Amino acid sequence: MSSVANLPSRLEKIVGSDRVRASGAALQEFAIAGRAPMAVLKPRSAEEVGEIVSFAAAEKLAVVACGSRSKLELGMPPQRYDLALDLTDLRAIVHYDPGDLTLSVDAGLPLNELAKALAAKNQFLPLAVPCCATSTVGGAIASGIDSTLRQQYGTPRDFLLGAEFVDGTGKQCKSGGRVVKNVTGYDLHKLLIGSLGTLGVITRLNFRTFPLPDLREAHLAAFPTVEAALNFHASLLKFGLPFSNLELFDSDFSALLAGFLNKPGGSVPESFVGPGWQVFASFEGNAEVMERIQRELRQRSTQAQAARSETLDAQRSRQLHEALREAFDWLRLAAPSVALLRIVLPRIASGDVEELLNVSQQLPLRSAFVLRACGVAYLTLLSNAEDRPTKAALERGVSELFSRVEAKKGSATLVHAPLWLKDRMNAWGAKRADFPLMQRVKQAFDPQNIFAPGRFVGGI
Amino acid sequence: MPARGVNYYSGNAAPDSRWPLMDPALIRELKSLLGPANVLSQKEDLLLYEFDGSVEKARPEVVVFPHTTEDVSRIVKLAAKYQVPVVGRGAGTGLSGGALARGGGVMIVFARMNRILELDVENRRAVVQPGVVNLDITRAVEHAGLYFAPDPSSQKSCTIGGNVAENSGGPHTLAYGLTTNHVAALELVLPDGEIVCVGSRHGDAPGYDLCGLFVGSEGTLALVTEITVKLSRKAEAVKTLLAIFDAVGDASRTVVEMTARGITPAACEMLDGWTLRAVEDYIHAGFPRDSAAVLLIEVEGLREAAESQTAAIADICNTNHAREVRTARDERERDLLWKGRRNAFGALGRLAPSNYVLDGVIPRSKLPEALEQIHATGEKYGFQIGNIFHAGDGNLHPIVLYDPRDAEQFSRAIAAAEEIIRMCVSLGGALTGEHGVGMEKNELMTLLFSDADFDLMRRIHDAFNPDSSLNPGKIFPLSKGCGEIRVRNSRRATGVQS
Repeated sequence: MSSVANLPSRLEKIVGSDRVRASGAALQEFAIAGRAPMAVLKPRSAEEVGEIVSFAAAEKLAVVACGSRSKLELGMPPQRYDLALDLTDLRAIVHYDPGDLTLSVDAGLPLNELAKALAAKNQFLPLAVPCCATSTVGGAIASGIDSTLRQQYGTPRDFLLGAEFVDGTGKQCKSGGRVVKNVTGYDLHKLLIGSLGTLGVITRLNFRTFPLPDLREAHLAAFPTVEAALNFHASLLKFGLPFSNLELFDSDFSALLAGFLNKPGGSVPESFVGPGWQVFASFEGNAEVMERIQRELRQRSTQAQAARSETLDAQRSRQLHEALREAFDWLRLAAPSVALLRIVLPRIASGDVEELLNVSQQLPLRSAFVLRACGVAYLTLLSNAEDRPTKAALERGVSELFSRVEAKKGSATLVHAPLWLKDRMNAWGAKRADFPLMQRVKQAFDPQNIFAPGRFVGGI
Repeated sequence: MPARGVNYYSGNAAPDSRWPLMDPALIRELKSLLGPANVLSQKEDLLLYEFDGSVEKARPEVVVFPHTTEDVSRIVKLAAKYQVPVVGRGAGTGLSGGALARGGGVMIVFARMNRILELDVENRRAVVQPGVVNLDITRAVEHAGLYFAPDPSSQKSCTIGGNVAENSGGPHTLAYGLTTNHVAALELVLPDGEIVCVGSRHGDAPGYDLCGLFVGSEGTLALVTEITVKLSRKAEAVKTLLAIFDAVGDASRTVVEMTARGITPAACEMLDGWTLRAVEDYIHAGFPRDSAAVLLIEVEGLREAAESQTAAIADICNTNHAREVRTARDERERDLLWKGRRNAFGALGRLAPSNYVLDGVIPRSKLPEALEQIHATGEKYGFQIGNIFHAGDGNLHPIVLYDPRDAEQFSRAIAAAEEIIRMCVSLGGALTGEHGVGMEKNELMTLLFSDADFDLMRRIHDAFNPDSSLNPGKIFPLSKGCGEIRVRNSRRATGVQS
């Protein structure tokens, strides 16, 4: 932590006394990995963000920008953390042209508030990310966390049209625009996606919006082996049906998911009863499209010799969709000791899945596996114990998974782990060959290295 | 050795007596590296490379044809040794002067790096060299029901390397996005000759989206030597509609209403009456000569979805007073309609010695207003300005026909173009939807970007291309540029051959 004389009063001169908090309780509220900042600031405007960052750059104070703080654990804990920038008062919908399906919105607006405004015009933003009840728009983009609608709508890089942000010199910058097709200038806003606040403080985002579908339904099929489930999963992808989500998970994941669904008001699909691998497919469109896709799914699951096959009605589809969207959140809370890895492999065959699961089977740990849309897998290692043998097993398991994934030319990221584990191993895995280029990008955006230093890939 | 940035501009104004400006030792070294057959340095050979599809002009001092990534790396290192700039070029079909040697120097033409290195049908990926022609990717995979989605009108000749540099679009961008949405990974050569890969063939690798930065950077950050593209699956059903209107306003209001109702066809193209008559005389695509505008609309997807969308679109067209809505009955009729659209610029070439195809973007809700203003600009400057464009995503392509031998007419065409682009920006739009900034619009960038924006873009530029040795004089206004480039003659003076 840097030491700056009279810091709170100097900050108050910038944003006013009602916008600076420095009490112990307030600072603890914004602590990351046990480290609290020296002050929490709540700017009212992008101009104020610029002034704060200019001050921070001059004083070399480390700044962490945040919204609802639901995903601050992503990446590594920052090596320095002096100022927390609470952006939740930047919450205006600055521009919304439903006729053009374009939107410009302040970073601190909660996603669910935005969803309401868009739904009034029968539109939505396909950012189905975990912690949806509290997440801000800016946090969803900066975290880069997977949306469960990715299969159909792509990642934010496919519908983020532009951004306004404050760079590491305190200047307000922008990139892109507000129109759906635009190649004017460098696409700097794409770099902000998933940058975990290490390049700039996002203050405003421009999106393309989408019409709400008439109907959203889903289908669940169960298979006795991972091979059968993967074959079915692959056949659906190959067939070219427009799925909004397609996920495959093991019985341990099903059991945890059932636990989440069993909360009051929830219900567990019949297919969850018993062992096996599940394939969840959701789809949207008009009534004819629903009927057609359901028919195809019934036929194909029969051909694939599914043990069970079930079409879910709209309500149960929605419940399961929401539960899968929130998987990151409930998986990380599923047991006292949890390590959650996001894994991308060039190809996923049944042997690969078995090999990865075998790691936990060799150790006194449980596991849960889900293959999400677009080939992204999440493998969770968990244990109810927190003793030394458990810690040793968890560390060995994660380390073994990193090396197996790297041997398959894939990539793994530790998206949740106990603090002691992050102290011992890097959440990002080995550096890639393009790492020096990323350092150049960081240096250009943030020459003083004040934005969440150390949080990102390779210690950026 | 000449100091860099002093005398490498080699447009018309370079006196022949001083030709070549470049150190002959560099040309000798290039010939020894690549073989004489892969190096052009005679002035008459270079003439071909001083043009692209734009109205700009600038001549390189030597043109080289690498065959491998290592060749490119060695060329770049040699150029660095002699401190001369380097510009990459594909087929030279670009419309913003992106592939012109504004700073003279070495032009790397990727025409001979044109191999498809790998096709992975199962995972829908292809690894290609930059000189592969856009349409050849689709031809190589269509047997498997796949295709490469970005489809610029020049797709029979433009190269994927150029598409990546400019982040090219096309009619089907409306539903499927620009080139950037279809590129998974890149191999790059940096200005110091280093070879590096960014992106990830499958899924997304941890870290910043460098691929997203390099695609569309117009050759100002690195040279792209290998591209991993994503392949798309052909839709089960395709329906192509031709909606015929007696008033341009009705056609544009149809587009506005379609967008507002959330109907996104795969493509939605507009041709105004003047343009479609020129096209019809040349192509005989079946566009009615007496109409004021047509919309060429394509719908793709599941049979059930395509049918209901087609019905909804026809309904909107009729509500907006379409004279007739035709549906292509078979593949032949569909091809004919698209042939009319894709060859429209060629058809207009019959009407005047040259044409200037503009590229601006507006919010779709502003389409009727924008078309009226374009018409007014045409009247003000004394041009008949045609419109043939991607209406569905608000990407305008007004076409100004002019005679480049008439300097006064040329400067009037430039002034009309600038007024139209300014109008796009004032309606909340952008300078370019798919052609790039290049040296066509770099001076207009100040309409959209502030000094702070330029500062950051310049820092990004300098992080990769610190000496401005790659494609100097592009994207940035010369007053806010990167490094030094001395352009002795502005485009207004040299863009026209006298």
